[in-house]
Amino acid sequence: MIKSELINLVSEKLPTFTSRDIGVAVNNILDDMCKALYTGDRIEIRGFGSFSLHYLPPRKAHNPKTGEQVITVGKHTPHFKPGKALRERVNKKNSD
Amino acid sequence: MALTKAELVENLCNSLGLSKRDSKDLIEYVFEEIGQALENGEMVKLSGFGNFVLRDKGERPGRNPKTGEEVMISSRRVVTFRAGEKLKRKVEEYRGTEKEEAKG
Repeated sequence: MIKSELINLVSEKLPTFTSRDIGVAVNNILDDMCKALYTGDRIEIRGFGSFSLHYLPPRKAHNPKTGEQVITVGKHTPHFKPGKALRERVNKKNSD
Repeated sequence: MALTKAELVENLCNSLGLSKRDSKDLIEYVFEEIGQALENGEMVKLSGFGNFVLRDKGERPGRNPKTGEEVMISSRRVVTFRAGEKLKRKVEEYRGTEKEEAKG
């Protein structure tokens, strides 16, 4: 499923809005979520899951072109932990 | 403070002028439809944000961390999130500057 399909599905549930409105709203929600993460905030959506940042410490690496050893800079990366409800939903079909 | 549904609802009200009721419904539907797609075994790709990918994991041996007892972990399907390039880059940028400020 891609974003436009998500927008269409949500539009069907909310017929008083145009899909254009829903599109603006969906982008708004995703922007809020991005903003939370890159300002170091967590996101917690009950029943869905939570997003947080994981820290990757500096490590020794090699420049693949020159073979020269370099130390990478430590960085943060977004991480998603599915909530219990989502975990169970996703796994259900598999065990049927 | 963590970003929650309540805060997303409020932001939608403020920025788009939606009623609280509509904002709340809209947000519930968005996460419900993403969950539904994943439940149906479909990957979800949200450009500018990231992809929710399904992975089928085989059975593997594990250990009960409390008792140390060896148990078999059954095969299962799990959701993983892969942040999009834009989000990854922004997360790196922000944290980079914050760390320098903290050091200096």
